[in-house]
Amino acid sequence: MSEELQALSAADAAAAIAKGDLGRGELFEHYRARAASDELNAFTWVAESMPDSVDGPLGGVPIAVKDLFCTEGIPSQAGSKILAGYCPPYTATAVANLEAAGAPILGKTNQDEFAMGSSNENSAYGPVQNPWDRSRVPGGSSGGSAAAVAAGLAPWALGTDTGGSIRQPAALCGIVGLKPTYGAVSRYGMIAFASSLDSAGPLTRNVTDAALFYRHLVGRDSADATSVSFPEPIALPTSERLDGITLAVPAALVDGDGIEAGVRDSFEAALESARGLGATVVSCEIPSAPYALSAYYVIAPAEASSNLARFDGVRYGLRVDATNLDAMYTETRHDGFGDEVKRRILIGTYALSSGYYDAYYGRAQRVRTVVASELSAIFQTADFIVTPTSPTVAFGLGERTADPLAMYLSDLFTIPMSLAGTPAISIPSGLSDGLPVGLQICGPAFSENRILGAAHALERAIGFDGSSAWSAL
Amino acid sequence: MAGHELEPVIGLEIHVQLRTATKMFCGCALGFGEPPNTRTCPVCLGLPGALPVANAEAIHYGLMIGMALDSELAPVSTFHRKNYFYPDLPKGYQISQFDLPLCSGGKLGKVNIHRVHLEEDAAKLNHAGASGRIEGADSSIVDFNRGGTPLAEIVTEPELRSAEQVGEWLRLLRTTLRTLGVSDVNMEEGSLRCDANISLRPTGSDQLGTKTELKNMNSFRFIERGIRAEVERQRALIEEGESVTQETLHFDPKTESITSLRSKEEAHDYRYFPEPDLPPVVITEAMLARAAAELPELPAAREQRYIDELSLSPESARLFAWRAELADYFDAVRASEASLEPQQAANWVTELQGRLGDQEAVDSNVTAASLAKLASMVASATINQGGAKQVLDQLVEHGGEPEAIVAAEGLEAVGGADELAPIVAEALDANPELTERLRGGDMKPIGVIVGEVMKQTRGRADGKEVTALVRQQLGLS
Ligand SMILES: [Zn+2]
Repeated sequence: MSEELQALSAADAAAAIAKGDLGRGELFEHYRARAASDELNAFTWVAESMPDSVDGPLGGVPIAVKDLFCTEGIPSQAGSKILAGYCPPYTATAVANLEAAGAPILGKTNQDEFAMGSSNENSAYGPVQNPWDRSRVPGGSSGGSAAAVAAGLAPWALGTDTGGSIRQPAALCGIVGLKPTYGAVSRYGMIAFASSLDSAGPLTRNVTDAALFYRHLVGRDSADATSVSFPEPIALPTSERLDGITLAVPAALVDGDGIEAGVRDSFEAALESARGLGATVVSCEIPSAPYALSAYYVIAPAEASSNLARFDGVRYGLRVDATNLDAMYTETRHDGFGDEVKRRILIGTYALSSGYYDAYYGRAQRVRTVVASELSAIFQTADFIVTPTSPTVAFGLGERTADPLAMYLSDLFTIPMSLAGTPAISIPSGLSDGLPVGLQICGPAFSENRILGAAHALERAIGFDGSSAWSAL
Repeated sequence: MAGHELEPVIGLEIHVQLRTATKMFCGCALGFGEPPNTRTCPVCLGLPGALPVANAEAIHYGLMIGMALDSELAPVSTFHRKNYFYPDLPKGYQISQFDLPLCSGGKLGKVNIHRVHLEEDAAKLNHAGASGRIEGADSSIVDFNRGGTPLAEIVTEPELRSAEQVGEWLRLLRTTLRTLGVSDVNMEEGSLRCDANISLRPTGSDQLGTKTELKNMNSFRFIERGIRAEVERQRALIEEGESVTQETLHFDPKTESITSLRSKEEAHDYRYFPEPDLPPVVITEAMLARAAAELPELPAAREQRYIDELSLSPESARLFAWRAELADYFDAVRASEASLEPQQAANWVTELQGRLGDQEAVDSNVTAASLAKLASMVASATINQGGAKQVLDQLVEHGGEPEAIVAAEGLEAVGGADELAPIVAEALDANPELTERLRGGDMKPIGVIVGEVMKQTRGRADGKEVTALVRQQLGLS
């Protein structure tokens, strides 16, 4: 029975529960037991029993939730020592929406501290192992969520994407990850990294699960002034063809150095599949792309340096007692934050300093505007922009920790969409030497239904099977 | 340089707590002395993940203030983060406004306004220990009830020239805000707080000297005394050939001493940047129309109306219009005795206020009805000026009804030839020598005779009438 249970996608499981073929408690306990015996360090907290779940369209299919979402009475530590043991008094809107649709919380998942990282090695709670190869990283920052879904420890998971933190780990773990249009999902209760970039979205086994999950995630929230109501209902995708669809490939970006041959091969094969489904593939240019990474690494740290100021030892989380106020602040933040977080706070503080603001933050914002207008121009003639999600497959644990700049390059293909606030999905395009490769499909704002449709058609044509990564039953 | 050549240059930054139902960026009701930390939520406690949502009513109040101050209202206004660490600031930044404030420019009275912007108030710190400050405190505790209260910060141009002028202008501003109904404007309770930027320069120069900032003075008297003390401190420094240091200062009204809070070197770099959690505020025609429709009669208009419609002297009109409570009291006096000449009513209100100091007439023992009665008794010559002032003294002291006091004290005016003539004759008879001099055309002693009559009547006679009777009885007129 457990093999059959495990083989069900989340959407299938929800349907089986709705029909009465499957008990909610049975499904929950199956995944609870698997999450509890997690050997990948994907979970930071696992529920002890099924919470009182409500009837709803998600039928009781449990969710794994990235640690940085506030969950009432449940540890919400954002991968940081400074929030060790912190249990918030309220639940994030995104999580509350899923719970209200009938998805109980299975556990909280590991992540890079405050979502800063591309390998999940920046977690105060230890690195996460990639289920495809345990000597490799799962990607980040939603590494725990991606590894949990890929290893079959959770039916699906909630993550966040600031510069690629859903898409890149989804790619490295061989699952589907959707980064929404900025504002489509409420950020209320998400422990902020970079407010103008943070987006919450699903990590799932397949595209249909992503659509079902996303349907219950979107919506205007009066508690988030930057949230907007999604202009149409999210449909479950049915497309099997790509006739009349134009895919634009940013040639200079994709042909650049640093992209692995195996990744390029898998990407080319995916384009071939798309042509086979009736799509037209054209070349395009994002001239500002080389500057996008730099702009991102100014804007995100600038906002983070301010967002993380509240971790001061006064009201919650870690406090290191000292003889005076300044020493208490200094010691608390010295002990509570990890190296990457400190690095970004320093970069961000510098970028916002009087006399440097225009040269860094001001200029980065102008780059951001240019990136957005270049993407928008491409969408005048093409339906989607497609790229590999990550230039490389999963790299070895510890391989890039000494070189932050090499680590930052992991987000080369995902950052332009983050800066533009446009939606993008990563789906598996195949394997390279036994490791998953991701394909990114990006469309204009609020084009999620069309993106999910195209992703669904390609998913069927590619026929990727991730079940070999499942942990032993 | 000599002291008389220096003039003070003073600019003000006024923080006004807006009287909205809820806080600036969350749904908590404003605190009014509840137990600590009972008016809080994840947003105003700065909990992880919480987000601000701008209070539309606070923006509406801001627009009303801008209109009342004749400011230019921004079509699009943005919030910024002002970053610094302090335990009363839970997020590590204050949401304020920077380069696109809600209101720019403007004028109130003769003072130009630089800008008006919206922001959130800090929480309240209480320090245990002898120092009373965070340095050296045994412990400090924070009450977040006040944190997040909407504030309008009003910044003037540096155009004020004296402590007295500051006091007078602040009263006008307070009256304006109170009339608008946007704030309790109570300095003692902190809903109106004032910082002053002060420098000195040679009179007539257009250069600005080094300024100091005098922080958080919480009454009109302290503000005037603080500014006076700081002006004198700077004057002494300059006259001794020393220079003024740019710093933030605290005035202690108990000791009249000025101490430094921090120097320019210790000043924060606030790292302002646009608040990414709040979209820009777009000011619509509907918002402007609503603010305009809710504007009440403002002090300048009231002043003009008192002059045009009631023929008040410009001095009386301004005195009242710039102090709404006094103007309301004046209106109540007039309403109570419709036949009163407005200027006479005004004179008695002014007379009363002169005896009350900082107390408002409406809070005194003297009701508007009793003052109106007193004024009309004078107008009908039932009582003379001197007697009325004695009655007023008693009203201020104990309250009560003027007629009862007049009756009890026997203060009715003694008037008319029938009553006064015998008393005048008696006074002349009692002073034959002076009477002779008066008959001879030497009018100097007439005051002594009148004084004698006033003494006999215990001040109840009318001086002019007595003089006329003296002249009549001596055949001089
Ligand atoms: Zn609140």
